[in-house]
Amino acid sequence: MATDVHRPVSPEAVPASETSQATPSTQATQAVHVAGLTRAFDGRAVIDRLDLDVRPGEFVALLGRSGCGKSTLLRILAGLDRDIEGTVLVPRRKAVAFQAPRLMPWKKVWRNVLLGLPGKPGRAVAEQALKEVGLDHRTDAWPKTLSGGEAQRASLARALVREPDLLLLDEPFGALDALTRIKAQRLVGELWQRRGCAVLLVTHDVEEAVLLADRVLVMDDGVIAHEQRIDLDRPRDITDPRFAELRAGLLERLGVDTAAEAA
Amino acid sequence: MSISHAPPGSSEPDISDIPDGALVKATAATPSPPDLEPLLPASSRRTRIPRWLRRTTGPVLLLILWQLLSATGVLTADVLASPGRITQVAGDLIADGSLSSAMATSLTRVAAGLALGTLVGTGLALVSGLFRIGEDLVDAPVQMLRTVPFVGLIPLFIIWFGIGEAPKVAIITLGVTFPLYLNVYAGIRGVDSQLIEAGESLGLSRWGLVRHVVLPGALPGALTGLRYSLGIAWLALVFAEQVNADSGIGFLMVQARDFLRTDVIVVCLIVYAFLGLLADFIVRSLERLLLQWRPTFTGR
Ligand SMILES: Nc1ncnc2c1ncn2[C@@H]1O[C@H](COP(=O)(O)OP(=O)(O)OP(=O)(O)O)[C@@H](O)[C@H]1O
Ligand SMILES: [Mg+2]
Repeated sequence: MATDVHRPVSPEAVPASETSQATPSTQATQAVHVAGLTRAFDGRAVIDRLDLDVRPGEFVALLGRSGCGKSTLLRILAGLDRDIEGTVLVPRRKAVAFQAPRLMPWKKVWRNVLLGLPGKPGRAVAEQALKEVGLDHRTDAWPKTLSGGEAQRASLARALVREPDLLLLDEPFGALDALTRIKAQRLVGELWQRRGCAVLLVTHDVEEAVLLADRVLVMDDGVIAHEQRIDLDRPRDITDPRFAELRAGLLERLGVDTAAEAA
Repeated sequence: MSISHAPPGSSEPDISDIPDGALVKATAATPSPPDLEPLLPASSRRTRIPRWLRRTTGPVLLLILWQLLSATGVLTADVLASPGRITQVAGDLIADGSLSSAMATSLTRVAAGLALGTLVGTGLALVSGLFRIGEDLVDAPVQMLRTVPFVGLIPLFIIWFGIGEAPKVAIITLGVTFPLYLNVYAGIRGVDSQLIEAGESLGLSRWGLVRHVVLPGALPGALTGLRYSLGIAWLALVFAEQVNADSGIGFLMVQARDFLRTDVIVVCLIVYAFLGLLADFIVRSLERLLLQWRPTFTGR
Protein backbone atom coordinates (compact mmCIF):
# COMPACT_ATOMS: atom_id res chain seq x y z
CA MET A 1 0.00 0.00 0.00
CA ALA A 2 2.80 2.40 -0.78
CA THR A 3 1.15 5.62 -1.80
CA ASP A 4 3.96 8.11 -2.11
CA VAL A 5 4.20 9.18 -5.70
CA HIS A 6 7.78 9.14 -6.87
CA ARG A 7 8.45 10.95 -9.98
CA PRO A 8 10.56 8.21 -11.46
CA VAL A 9 8.66 5.00 -10.95
CA SER A 10 11.66 3.22 -9.58
CA PRO A 11 11.87 -0.53 -9.35
CA GLU A 12 11.72 -1.56 -5.71
CA ALA A 13 15.07 -3.29 -5.74
CA VAL A 14 17.03 -0.42 -7.28
CA PRO A 15 18.01 2.52 -5.05
CA ALA A 16 16.46 5.82 -6.08
CA SER A 17 19.83 7.46 -6.71
CA GLU A 18 20.51 5.00 -9.50
CA THR A 19 17.43 5.91 -11.51
CA SER A 20 17.54 9.62 -10.87
CA GLN A 21 20.76 9.90 -12.86
CA ALA A 22 18.86 8.67 -15.95
CA THR A 23 19.17 11.36 -18.60
CA PRO A 24 17.70 14.58 -17.26
CA SER A 25 17.38 15.87 -20.83
CA THR A 26 14.71 13.31 -21.80
CA GLN A 27 12.96 14.09 -18.57
CA ALA A 28 12.41 17.63 -19.75
CA THR A 29 11.24 16.89 -23.28
CA GLN A 30 9.10 13.82 -22.70
CA ALA A 31 5.89 13.29 -20.81
CA VAL A 32 6.69 9.60 -20.58
CA HIS A 33 10.06 7.98 -20.94
CA VAL A 34 10.35 4.23 -20.72
CA ALA A 35 13.56 2.36 -21.49
CA GLY A 36 14.28 -1.33 -21.20
CA LEU A 37 11.18 -1.98 -19.13
CA THR A 38 10.65 -5.59 -18.12
CA ARG A 39 7.81 -7.00 -16.04
CA ALA A 40 7.53 -10.72 -15.43
CA PHE A 41 4.77 -12.70 -13.77
CA ASP A 42 6.08 -15.96 -12.31
CA GLY A 43 9.10 -15.97 -14.60
CA ARG A 44 7.09 -15.18 -17.74
CA ALA A 45 8.01 -11.76 -19.09
CA VAL A 46 4.78 -10.06 -20.10
CA ILE A 47 6.66 -6.87 -20.88
CA ASP A 48 10.11 -7.56 -22.24
CA ARG A 49 12.63 -4.70 -22.62
CA LEU A 50 10.02 -2.27 -23.83
CA ASP A 51 10.91 1.27 -24.93
CA LEU A 52 8.36 4.03 -25.16
CA ASP A 53 8.44 7.81 -25.32
CA VAL A 54 5.44 10.09 -25.28
CA ARG A 55 5.84 13.81 -25.92
CA PRO A 56 3.97 16.29 -23.72
CA GLY A 57 0.54 16.84 -25.20
CA GLU A 58 0.76 13.84 -27.47
CA PHE A 59 -2.21 11.50 -27.89
CA VAL A 60 -1.04 7.90 -28.19
CA ALA A 61 -3.29 4.92 -28.77
CA LEU A 62 -2.15 1.43 -27.81
CA LEU A 63 -3.51 -1.60 -29.65
CA GLY A 64 -2.74 -5.25 -29.14
CA ARG A 65 -4.47 -8.54 -28.72
CA SER A 66 -6.05 -9.48 -25.43
CA GLY A 67 -3.56 -10.50 -22.76
CA CYS A 68 -0.52 -8.95 -24.44
CA GLY A 69 0.20 -6.71 -21.46
CA LYS A 70 -1.49 -3.39 -22.23
CA SER A 71 -3.13 -3.04 -18.84
CA THR A 72 0.09 -4.15 -17.18
CA LEU A 73 1.99 -1.36 -18.94
CA LEU A 74 -0.67 1.14 -17.91
CA ARG A 75 -0.50 0.07 -14.27
CA ILE A 76 3.25 0.50 -14.33
CA LEU A 77 2.96 3.98 -15.82
CA ALA A 78 0.37 4.84 -13.18
CA GLY A 79 2.95 3.93 -10.53
CA LEU A 80 0.84 1.07 -9.20
CA ASP A 81 3.23 -1.75 -10.06
CA ARG A 82 6.82 -1.41 -8.87
CA ASP A 83 8.02 -4.97 -9.49
CA ILE A 84 9.83 -3.80 -12.59
CA GLU A 85 13.23 -3.58 -14.16
CA GLY A 86 14.30 -0.67 -16.33
CA THR A 87 13.74 3.06 -16.39
CA VAL A 88 10.31 4.65 -16.18
CA LEU A 89 9.79 8.40 -15.95
CA VAL A 90 6.27 9.78 -15.64
CA PRO A 91 4.74 13.11 -14.59
CA ARG A 92 3.63 13.53 -11.03
CA ARG A 93 0.09 14.50 -12.00
CA LYS A 94 -1.47 11.55 -13.71
CA ALA A 95 -4.92 10.07 -13.78
CA VAL A 96 -6.17 6.61 -14.66
CA ALA A 97 -9.49 5.28 -15.88
CA PHE A 98 -9.24 1.55 -15.37
CA GLN A 99 -10.67 -1.17 -17.56
CA ALA A 100 -13.19 -1.91 -14.79
CA PRO A 101 -14.73 1.28 -13.32
CA ARG A 102 -13.43 0.64 -9.77
CA LEU A 103 -15.75 3.10 -8.05
CA MET A 104 -15.88 2.96 -4.27
CA PRO A 105 -19.30 1.37 -3.68
CA TRP A 106 -19.72 3.16 -0.33
CA LYS A 107 -19.44 6.63 -1.78
CA LYS A 108 -22.07 8.38 -3.84
CA VAL A 109 -21.06 9.00 -7.44
CA TRP A 110 -20.13 12.65 -6.90
CA ARG A 111 -17.98 11.81 -3.88
CA ASN A 112 -16.22 9.20 -5.98
CA VAL A 113 -15.44 11.85 -8.56
CA LEU A 114 -13.90 14.15 -5.94
CA LEU A 115 -12.07 11.42 -4.01
CA GLY A 116 -8.41 12.24 -3.50
CA LEU A 117 -8.56 15.71 -5.04
CA PRO A 118 -6.50 18.20 -3.06
CA GLY A 119 -8.10 21.17 -1.34
CA LYS A 120 -11.64 19.93 -0.66
CA PRO A 121 -13.37 21.03 -3.88
CA GLY A 122 -17.11 21.55 -3.71
CA ARG A 123 -19.85 19.39 -5.10
CA ALA A 124 -20.26 21.73 -8.06
CA VAL A 125 -16.90 20.57 -9.41
CA ALA A 126 -18.11 16.99 -9.47
CA GLU A 127 -21.41 17.99 -11.00
CA GLN A 128 -19.63 19.83 -13.78
CA ALA A 129 -17.42 16.81 -14.52
CA LEU A 130 -20.39 14.46 -14.47
CA LYS A 131 -22.32 16.75 -16.74
CA GLU A 132 -19.51 16.55 -19.27
CA VAL A 133 -19.91 12.79 -19.46
CA GLY A 134 -23.71 13.08 -19.48
CA LEU A 135 -24.20 11.70 -16.01
CA ASP A 136 -25.47 14.74 -14.12
CA HIS A 137 -28.79 13.02 -13.37
CA ARG A 138 -26.99 10.28 -11.42
CA THR A 139 -24.87 12.52 -9.20
CA ASP A 140 -26.43 11.22 -6.01
CA ALA A 141 -26.66 7.56 -6.95
CA TRP A 142 -24.82 4.69 -5.28
CA PRO A 143 -22.29 3.18 -7.71
CA LYS A 144 -23.84 -0.29 -7.47
CA THR A 145 -27.03 1.08 -8.98
CA LEU A 146 -25.29 2.39 -12.10
CA SER A 147 -25.40 0.55 -15.40
CA GLY A 148 -22.10 -0.70 -16.81
CA GLY A 149 -21.74 2.23 -19.19
CA GLU A 150 -22.78 4.75 -16.54
CA ALA A 151 -20.17 3.40 -14.15
CA GLN A 152 -17.55 3.66 -16.89
CA ARG A 153 -18.49 7.26 -17.54
CA ALA A 154 -18.35 8.06 -13.82
CA SER A 155 -14.87 6.55 -13.77
CA LEU A 156 -13.94 8.67 -16.79
CA ALA A 157 -15.26 11.79 -15.08
CA ARG A 158 -13.20 10.91 -12.02
CA ALA A 159 -10.05 10.76 -14.17
CA LEU A 160 -10.82 13.92 -16.16
CA VAL A 161 -11.58 16.08 -13.15
CA ARG A 162 -7.99 15.61 -11.96
CA GLU A 163 -6.63 17.74 -14.82
CA PRO A 164 -3.55 15.57 -15.20
CA ASP A 165 -0.38 15.93 -17.25
CA LEU A 166 -0.69 12.30 -18.24
CA LEU A 167 -4.05 10.65 -18.75
CA LEU A 168 -4.06 6.86 -18.85
CA LEU A 169 -7.23 5.33 -20.27
CA ASP A 170 -7.76 1.57 -20.33
CA GLU A 171 -10.56 0.79 -22.77
CA PRO A 172 -12.74 3.51 -21.30
CA PHE A 173 -15.45 3.22 -23.92
CA GLY A 174 -15.84 -0.54 -23.88
CA ALA A 175 -19.31 -0.75 -22.37
CA LEU A 176 -20.87 2.23 -24.15
CA ASP A 177 -23.50 2.18 -26.86
CA ALA A 178 -22.53 3.58 -30.27
CA LEU A 179 -23.90 7.06 -29.67
CA THR A 180 -22.61 7.54 -26.13
CA ARG A 181 -19.28 6.18 -27.27
CA ILE A 182 -19.00 8.80 -30.00
CA LYS A 183 -19.89 11.49 -27.46
CA ALA A 184 -17.35 10.20 -24.97
CA GLN A 185 -14.65 10.01 -27.64
CA ARG A 186 -15.39 13.57 -28.62
CA LEU A 187 -15.26 14.58 -24.97
CA VAL A 188 -11.85 13.02 -24.44
CA GLY A 189 -10.63 14.61 -27.68
CA GLU A 190 -11.85 18.04 -26.60
CA LEU A 191 -10.47 17.72 -23.12
CA TRP A 192 -7.13 16.65 -24.51
CA GLN A 193 -6.99 19.66 -26.81
CA ARG A 194 -8.06 22.03 -24.08
CA ARG A 195 -5.76 20.67 -21.39
CA GLY A 196 -2.87 19.75 -23.62
CA CYS A 197 -2.11 16.68 -21.54
CA ALA A 198 -0.44 13.57 -22.85
CA VAL A 199 -2.87 10.70 -23.30
CA LEU A 200 -2.24 6.98 -23.53
CA LEU A 201 -5.40 5.26 -24.65
CA VAL A 202 -5.64 1.48 -24.65
CA THR A 203 -8.31 0.31 -27.04
CA HIS A 204 -9.38 -2.63 -29.18
CA ASP A 205 -11.08 -0.36 -31.68
CA VAL A 206 -8.76 0.52 -34.57
CA GLU A 207 -11.14 3.18 -35.84
CA GLU A 208 -11.18 4.86 -32.44
CA ALA A 209 -7.39 4.82 -32.38
CA VAL A 210 -7.11 6.43 -35.81
CA LEU A 211 -9.82 8.94 -34.96
CA LEU A 212 -8.19 10.24 -31.78
CA ALA A 213 -4.48 9.53 -31.76
CA ASP A 214 -1.37 11.30 -33.07
CA ARG A 215 0.38 7.98 -32.99
CA VAL A 216 -0.89 4.41 -32.85
CA LEU A 217 1.24 1.72 -31.24
CA VAL A 218 0.75 -2.00 -31.58
CA MET A 219 2.02 -4.07 -28.70
CA ASP A 220 3.10 -7.65 -29.18
CA ASP A 221 5.49 -10.07 -27.49
CA GLY A 222 6.08 -7.61 -24.68
CA VAL A 223 7.35 -4.77 -26.85
CA ILE A 224 5.98 -2.03 -29.10
CA ALA A 225 6.01 -4.05 -32.30
CA HIS A 226 4.63 -1.44 -34.66
CA GLU A 227 4.19 2.29 -34.74
CA GLN A 228 2.00 4.38 -37.04
CA ARG A 229 1.87 8.15 -37.15
CA ILE A 230 -1.55 9.63 -37.92
CA ASP A 231 -1.04 12.96 -39.66
CA LEU A 232 -4.65 13.62 -40.58
CA ASP A 233 -6.09 17.04 -39.80
CA ARG A 234 -8.55 17.38 -36.95
CA PRO A 235 -11.45 17.07 -36.66
CA ARG A 236 -11.04 13.82 -38.51
CA ASP A 237 -13.49 12.42 -40.95
CA ILE A 238 -13.92 8.68 -40.98
CA THR A 239 -15.10 8.80 -44.59
CA ASP A 240 -11.76 10.32 -45.66
CA PRO A 241 -9.97 7.80 -47.95
CA ARG A 242 -6.69 8.36 -46.08
CA PHE A 243 -8.48 7.46 -42.87
CA ALA A 244 -9.66 4.21 -44.39
CA GLU A 245 -6.16 3.53 -45.67
CA LEU A 246 -4.59 3.99 -42.23
CA ARG A 247 -7.24 1.87 -40.61
CA ALA A 248 -6.80 -0.88 -43.19
CA GLY A 249 -3.03 -0.77 -42.67
CA LEU A 250 -3.35 -1.16 -38.94
CA LEU A 251 -5.95 -3.88 -39.24
CA GLU A 252 -3.67 -5.73 -41.59
CA ARG A 253 -0.83 -5.30 -39.17
CA LEU A 254 -2.95 -6.76 -36.38
CA GLY A 255 -4.18 -9.49 -38.71
CA VAL A 256 -0.65 -10.38 -39.81
CA ASP A 257 0.30 -10.70 -36.20
CA THR A 258 -2.51 -13.08 -35.43
CA ALA A 259 -1.86 -15.06 -38.59
CA ALA A 260 1.79 -15.42 -37.65
CA GLU A 261 0.63 -16.54 -34.22
CA ALA A 262 -1.58 -19.23 -35.68
CA ALA A 263 1.17 -20.58 -37.93
CA MET B 1 -49.65 -23.59 -18.67
CA SER B 2 -48.55 -24.33 -22.21
CA ILE B 3 -49.74 -21.88 -24.79
CA SER B 4 -49.65 -23.14 -28.33
CA HIS B 5 -50.15 -20.69 -31.11
CA ALA B 6 -51.27 -23.10 -33.82
CA PRO B 7 -53.65 -25.94 -33.21
CA PRO B 8 -51.64 -29.05 -34.07
CA GLY B 9 -54.50 -30.63 -35.96
CA SER B 10 -54.70 -27.89 -38.56
CA SER B 11 -51.04 -27.97 -39.56
CA GLU B 12 -50.89 -31.67 -40.30
CA PRO B 13 -52.76 -31.74 -43.62
CA ASP B 14 -50.54 -28.94 -44.93
CA ILE B 15 -47.32 -30.87 -44.74
CA SER B 16 -48.58 -34.40 -45.34
CA ASP B 17 -48.02 -34.32 -49.08
CA ILE B 18 -44.60 -32.66 -49.01
CA PRO B 19 -41.65 -34.95 -49.78
CA ASP B 20 -39.44 -36.12 -46.87
CA GLY B 21 -36.49 -33.79 -47.42
CA ALA B 22 -38.71 -30.76 -47.67
CA LEU B 23 -40.54 -31.80 -44.53
CA VAL B 24 -37.37 -31.63 -42.49
CA LYS B 25 -36.69 -28.19 -43.87
CA ALA B 26 -40.21 -27.02 -43.19
CA THR B 27 -40.15 -28.09 -39.56
CA ALA B 28 -36.75 -26.53 -39.07
CA ALA B 29 -37.95 -23.25 -40.52
CA THR B 30 -41.06 -23.06 -38.37
CA PRO B 31 -40.03 -24.51 -35.00
CA SER B 32 -42.86 -25.55 -32.73
CA PRO B 33 -43.51 -22.83 -30.15
CA PRO B 34 -41.86 -23.52 -26.76
CA ASP B 35 -43.89 -23.83 -23.61
CA LEU B 36 -44.37 -20.30 -22.34
CA GLU B 37 -44.20 -19.53 -18.68
CA PRO B 38 -45.93 -16.44 -17.34
CA LEU B 39 -43.55 -14.28 -15.31
CA LEU B 40 -45.75 -12.57 -12.79
CA PRO B 41 -44.81 -9.27 -11.24
CA ALA B 42 -43.18 -9.73 -7.85
CA SER B 43 -46.04 -8.02 -6.03
CA SER B 44 -48.68 -10.48 -7.22
CA ARG B 45 -46.58 -13.47 -6.19
CA ARG B 46 -46.87 -12.48 -2.57
CA THR B 47 -49.85 -13.47 -0.52
CA ARG B 48 -52.26 -10.80 0.57
CA ILE B 49 -51.80 -11.50 4.30
CA PRO B 50 -49.59 -8.82 5.87
CA ARG B 51 -46.10 -9.84 6.80
CA TRP B 52 -46.36 -9.20 10.54
CA LEU B 53 -49.47 -11.35 10.74
CA ARG B 54 -47.75 -14.22 8.96
CA ARG B 55 -44.79 -13.93 11.26
CA THR B 56 -46.79 -13.86 14.50
CA THR B 57 -49.06 -16.83 13.67
CA GLY B 58 -46.46 -19.47 14.50
CA PRO B 59 -45.57 -18.23 17.99
CA VAL B 60 -49.23 -17.62 18.84
CA LEU B 61 -50.16 -21.17 17.84
CA LEU B 62 -47.32 -22.48 20.01
CA LEU B 63 -48.54 -20.45 22.98
CA ILE B 64 -52.08 -21.76 22.59
CA LEU B 65 -50.78 -25.33 22.49
CA TRP B 66 -48.71 -24.70 25.63
CA GLN B 67 -51.67 -23.22 27.50
CA LEU B 68 -53.84 -26.19 26.45
CA LEU B 69 -51.27 -28.69 27.70
CA SER B 70 -50.99 -26.87 31.04
CA ALA B 71 -54.76 -26.58 31.46
CA THR B 72 -55.32 -30.29 30.80
CA GLY B 73 -52.65 -31.18 33.35
CA VAL B 74 -50.26 -32.83 30.90
CA LEU B 75 -47.69 -30.15 31.77
CA THR B 76 -47.50 -29.68 35.54
CA ALA B 77 -46.31 -26.44 37.18
CA ASP B 78 -43.17 -28.21 38.54
CA VAL B 79 -42.04 -28.91 35.00
CA LEU B 80 -43.19 -25.74 33.30
CA ALA B 81 -45.65 -23.10 34.44
CA SER B 82 -48.54 -22.18 32.15
CA PRO B 83 -48.41 -19.03 30.01
CA GLY B 84 -51.20 -17.50 32.06
CA ARG B 85 -49.32 -18.05 35.33
CA ILE B 86 -46.14 -16.68 33.79
CA THR B 87 -47.89 -13.51 32.66
CA GLN B 88 -49.21 -13.04 36.18
CA VAL B 89 -45.77 -13.56 37.78
CA ALA B 90 -44.20 -11.21 35.26
CA GLY B 91 -46.77 -8.58 36.24
CA ASP B 92 -45.93 -9.07 39.92
CA LEU B 93 -42.18 -8.88 39.31
CA ILE B 94 -42.60 -5.68 37.33
CA ALA B 95 -44.94 -4.20 39.93
CA ASP B 96 -42.57 -4.71 42.87
CA GLY B 97 -39.66 -3.36 40.83
CA SER B 98 -37.42 -6.43 41.23
CA LEU B 99 -37.45 -7.22 37.52
CA SER B 100 -36.53 -3.75 36.36
CA SER B 101 -33.71 -3.41 38.88
CA ALA B 102 -32.36 -6.84 37.86
CA MET B 103 -32.60 -5.83 34.21
CA ALA B 104 -30.79 -2.58 34.87
CA THR B 105 -27.96 -4.42 36.62
CA SER B 106 -27.63 -6.98 33.83
CA LEU B 107 -27.83 -4.38 31.09
CA THR B 108 -25.10 -2.34 32.73
CA ARG B 109 -22.85 -5.39 32.83
CA VAL B 110 -23.47 -6.20 29.16
CA ALA B 111 -22.99 -2.60 28.10
CA ALA B 112 -19.70 -2.32 29.98
CA GLY B 113 -18.42 -5.63 28.65
CA LEU B 114 -19.54 -4.85 25.15
CA ALA B 115 -17.93 -1.42 25.15
CA LEU B 116 -14.64 -2.76 26.47
CA GLY B 117 -14.67 -5.77 24.16
CA THR B 118 -15.49 -3.65 21.11
CA LEU B 119 -12.63 -1.34 21.96
CA VAL B 120 -10.14 -4.14 22.46
CA GLY B 121 -11.37 -6.30 19.58
CA THR B 122 -11.49 -3.58 16.93
CA GLY B 123 -8.30 -2.02 18.27
CA LEU B 124 -6.37 -5.26 17.92
CA ALA B 125 -7.93 -5.94 14.52
CA LEU B 126 -6.92 -2.50 13.25
CA VAL B 127 -3.37 -2.99 14.46
CA SER B 128 -2.97 -6.39 12.85
CA GLY B 129 -5.08 -5.57 9.79
CA LEU B 130 -3.35 -2.33 8.86
CA PHE B 131 0.25 -3.02 9.80
CA ARG B 132 2.39 -5.95 8.73
CA ILE B 133 4.32 -5.78 12.00
CA GLY B 134 1.06 -5.58 13.95
CA GLU B 135 -0.09 -8.75 12.27
CA ASP B 136 3.08 -10.57 13.21
CA LEU B 137 2.85 -9.45 16.81
CA VAL B 138 -0.89 -9.64 17.46
CA ASP B 139 -2.48 -12.23 15.24
CA ALA B 140 -0.73 -15.38 16.47
CA PRO B 141 -1.39 -14.78 20.21
CA VAL B 142 -5.00 -13.82 19.56
CA GLN B 143 -5.57 -16.90 17.43
CA MET B 144 -4.11 -19.02 20.23
CA LEU B 145 -6.16 -17.41 22.99
CA ARG B 146 -9.26 -17.75 20.86
CA THR B 147 -9.20 -21.50 21.20
CA VAL B 148 -9.57 -21.31 25.01
CA PRO B 149 -13.29 -21.56 25.88
CA PHE B 150 -13.76 -18.24 27.62
CA VAL B 151 -16.36 -19.55 30.06
CA GLY B 152 -13.71 -21.84 31.45
CA LEU B 153 -11.85 -18.79 32.69
CA ILE B 154 -14.55 -17.82 35.20
CA PRO B 155 -12.77 -19.46 38.19
CA LEU B 156 -9.52 -17.77 37.28
CA PHE B 157 -11.28 -14.40 36.90
CA ILE B 158 -12.92 -14.80 40.30
CA ILE B 159 -9.50 -15.39 41.85
CA TRP B 160 -8.09 -12.36 40.04
CA PHE B 161 -10.96 -9.93 40.30
CA GLY B 162 -12.88 -11.12 43.36
CA ILE B 163 -16.64 -11.58 43.26
CA GLY B 164 -17.82 -8.06 42.40
CA GLU B 165 -18.71 -6.70 39.00
CA ALA B 166 -15.20 -6.96 37.57
CA PRO B 167 -15.08 -10.72 36.79
CA LYS B 168 -18.51 -10.55 35.15
CA VAL B 169 -17.59 -7.64 32.94
CA ALA B 170 -14.25 -9.29 32.18
CA ILE B 171 -15.93 -12.49 30.99
CA ILE B 172 -18.27 -10.55 28.71
CA THR B 173 -15.38 -8.47 27.40
CA LEU B 174 -13.43 -11.59 26.59
CA GLY B 175 -16.38 -13.20 24.84
CA VAL B 176 -17.01 -10.09 22.75
CA THR B 177 -13.40 -9.45 21.78
CA PHE B 178 -12.70 -12.50 19.62
CA PRO B 179 -15.59 -12.52 17.16
CA LEU B 180 -15.10 -8.79 16.63
CA TYR B 181 -11.38 -9.19 16.14
CA LEU B 182 -11.79 -12.01 13.64
CA ASN B 183 -14.46 -10.27 11.57
CA VAL B 184 -12.89 -6.83 11.50
CA TYR B 185 -9.51 -8.34 10.64
CA ALA B 186 -11.01 -10.47 7.87
CA GLY B 187 -12.97 -7.43 6.69
CA ILE B 188 -9.83 -5.31 6.42
CA ARG B 189 -7.87 -8.02 4.66
CA GLY B 190 -10.78 -8.77 2.35
CA VAL B 191 -11.04 -5.27 0.91
CA ASP B 192 -10.83 -5.48 -2.87
CA SER B 193 -7.20 -4.83 -3.85
CA GLN B 194 -8.41 -3.24 -7.08
CA LEU B 195 -10.18 -0.57 -5.07
CA ILE B 196 -7.07 0.07 -3.01
CA GLU B 197 -5.13 0.42 -6.23
CA ALA B 198 -7.73 2.83 -7.57
CA GLY B 199 -7.46 4.84 -4.36
CA GLU B 200 -3.69 4.97 -4.76
CA SER B 201 -4.02 6.15 -8.34
CA LEU B 202 -6.35 8.92 -7.16
CA GLY B 203 -3.55 10.22 -4.98
CA LEU B 204 -4.93 9.24 -1.60
CA SER B 205 -2.41 9.28 1.21
CA ARG B 206 -1.95 6.20 3.35
CA TRP B 207 -4.33 7.55 5.95
CA GLY B 208 -6.75 8.59 3.17
CA LEU B 209 -6.70 5.04 1.86
CA VAL B 210 -7.51 3.70 5.32
CA ARG B 211 -10.27 6.21 5.85
CA HIS B 212 -11.92 6.17 2.44
CA VAL B 213 -11.26 2.65 1.19
CA VAL B 214 -10.14 0.16 3.83
CA LEU B 215 -12.42 1.04 6.75
CA PRO B 216 -15.64 1.44 4.74
CA GLY B 217 -14.78 -1.80 2.97
CA ALA B 218 -14.32 -3.58 6.28
CA LEU B 219 -17.56 -2.23 7.73
CA PRO B 220 -19.86 -5.07 6.60
CA GLY B 221 -17.52 -7.56 8.22
CA ALA B 222 -17.30 -5.45 11.36
CA LEU B 223 -21.08 -5.35 11.70
CA THR B 224 -21.32 -9.10 11.26
CA GLY B 225 -18.75 -9.37 14.02
CA LEU B 226 -20.77 -7.04 16.19
CA ARG B 227 -23.83 -9.20 15.76
CA TYR B 228 -21.94 -12.34 16.75
CA SER B 229 -20.47 -10.46 19.68
CA LEU B 230 -23.86 -9.42 20.96
CA GLY B 231 -25.06 -13.01 20.92
CA ILE B 232 -21.99 -14.08 22.84
CA ALA B 233 -22.34 -11.17 25.25
CA TRP B 234 -25.72 -12.46 26.42
CA LEU B 235 -24.36 -15.96 26.71
CA ALA B 236 -21.43 -14.73 28.78
CA LEU B 237 -23.84 -12.72 30.93
CA VAL B 238 -25.91 -15.80 31.71
CA PHE B 239 -22.82 -17.77 32.71
CA ALA B 240 -21.30 -14.95 34.72
CA GLU B 241 -24.49 -14.21 36.62
CA GLN B 242 -25.19 -17.78 37.59
CA VAL B 243 -21.87 -18.10 39.31
CA ASN B 244 -21.62 -16.02 42.39
CA ALA B 245 -24.03 -13.15 41.77
CA ASP B 246 -26.16 -11.24 44.21
CA SER B 247 -28.11 -9.17 41.71
CA GLY B 248 -29.21 -9.25 38.08
CA ILE B 249 -31.42 -11.50 36.05
CA GLY B 250 -29.13 -14.48 36.50
CA PHE B 251 -29.34 -14.08 40.25
CA LEU B 252 -33.14 -13.97 40.02
CA MET B 253 -33.00 -17.26 38.15
CA VAL B 254 -30.70 -18.96 40.62
CA GLN B 255 -33.00 -17.89 43.42
CA ALA B 256 -36.04 -19.19 41.56
CA ARG B 257 -34.30 -22.50 40.97
CA ASP B 258 -33.83 -22.96 44.72
CA PHE B 259 -37.58 -22.49 45.23
CA LEU B 260 -38.58 -24.56 42.17
CA ARG B 261 -40.30 -21.51 40.66
CA THR B 262 -40.41 -22.48 36.98
CA ASP B 263 -42.64 -19.45 36.34
CA VAL B 264 -39.96 -16.98 37.47
CA ILE B 265 -37.31 -18.85 35.50
CA VAL B 266 -39.39 -18.63 32.33
CA VAL B 267 -39.98 -14.92 32.91
CA CYS B 268 -36.22 -14.41 33.17
CA LEU B 269 -35.64 -16.44 30.01
CA ILE B 270 -38.18 -14.31 28.20
CA VAL B 271 -36.39 -11.19 29.41
CA TYR B 272 -33.08 -12.56 28.10
CA ALA B 273 -34.70 -13.33 24.77
CA PHE B 274 -36.32 -9.93 24.62
CA LEU B 275 -33.04 -8.16 25.33
CA GLY B 276 -31.33 -10.30 22.70
CA LEU B 277 -33.97 -9.35 20.15
CA LEU B 278 -33.57 -5.70 21.05
CA ALA B 279 -29.82 -5.90 20.56
CA ASP B 280 -30.30 -7.60 17.21
CA PHE B 281 -32.73 -4.90 16.20
CA ILE B 282 -30.19 -2.23 17.06
CA VAL B 283 -27.50 -3.89 14.93
CA ARG B 284 -29.93 -4.33 12.06
CA SER B 285 -30.81 -0.64 12.20
CA LEU B 286 -27.12 0.19 12.26
CA GLU B 287 -26.57 -1.98 9.21
CA ARG B 288 -29.42 -0.37 7.36
CA LEU B 289 -28.02 3.03 8.18
CA LEU B 290 -24.34 2.37 7.47
CA LEU B 291 -24.61 -0.07 4.58
CA GLN B 292 -27.12 1.81 2.46
CA TRP B 293 -24.78 1.51 -0.47
CA ARG B 294 -25.07 -2.23 -0.53
CA PRO B 295 -27.85 -3.62 -2.67
CA THR B 296 -29.06 -6.50 -0.56
CA PHE B 297 -30.88 -9.67 -1.32
CA THR B 298 -34.06 -9.42 0.72
CA GLY B 299 -35.38 -12.91 0.04
CA ARG B 300 -38.77 -13.84 -1.17
N1 LIG C 1 -1.15 -10.29 -11.17
C1 LIG C 1 -0.89 -11.13 -12.20
N2 LIG C 1 -0.35 -12.34 -11.97
C2 LIG C 1 -0.08 -13.19 -12.99
N3 LIG C 1 -0.29 -12.89 -14.26
C3 LIG C 1 -0.81 -11.69 -14.57
C4 LIG C 1 -1.15 -10.74 -13.55
N4 LIG C 1 -1.66 -9.64 -14.13
C5 LIG C 1 -1.63 -9.89 -15.45
N5 LIG C 1 -1.13 -11.11 -15.72
C6 LIG C 1 -0.96 -11.70 -17.04
O1 LIG C 1 -0.25 -10.79 -17.85
C7 LIG C 1 -0.74 -10.83 -19.17
C8 LIG C 1 -1.09 -9.42 -19.61
O2 LIG C 1 -2.21 -8.96 -18.88
P1 LIG C 1 -2.90 -7.57 -19.19
O3 LIG C 1 -4.00 -7.38 -18.21
O4 LIG C 1 -1.85 -6.54 -19.22
O5 LIG C 1 -3.46 -7.82 -20.64
P2 LIG C 1 -4.21 -6.78 -21.61
O6 LIG C 1 -3.30 -6.58 -22.78
O7 LIG C 1 -4.65 -5.61 -20.87
O8 LIG C 1 -5.44 -7.64 -22.09
P3 LIG C 1 -6.95 -7.17 -22.35
O9 LIG C 1 -6.96 -6.54 -23.68
O10 LIG C 1 -7.71 -8.46 -22.36
O11 LIG C 1 -7.35 -6.27 -21.27
C9 LIG C 1 -1.92 -11.78 -19.16
O12 LIG C 1 -1.49 -13.00 -19.72
C10 LIG C 1 -2.27 -11.93 -17.73
O13 LIG C 1 -2.75 -13.22 -17.49
MG1 LIG D 1 -6.48 -4.89 -20.21
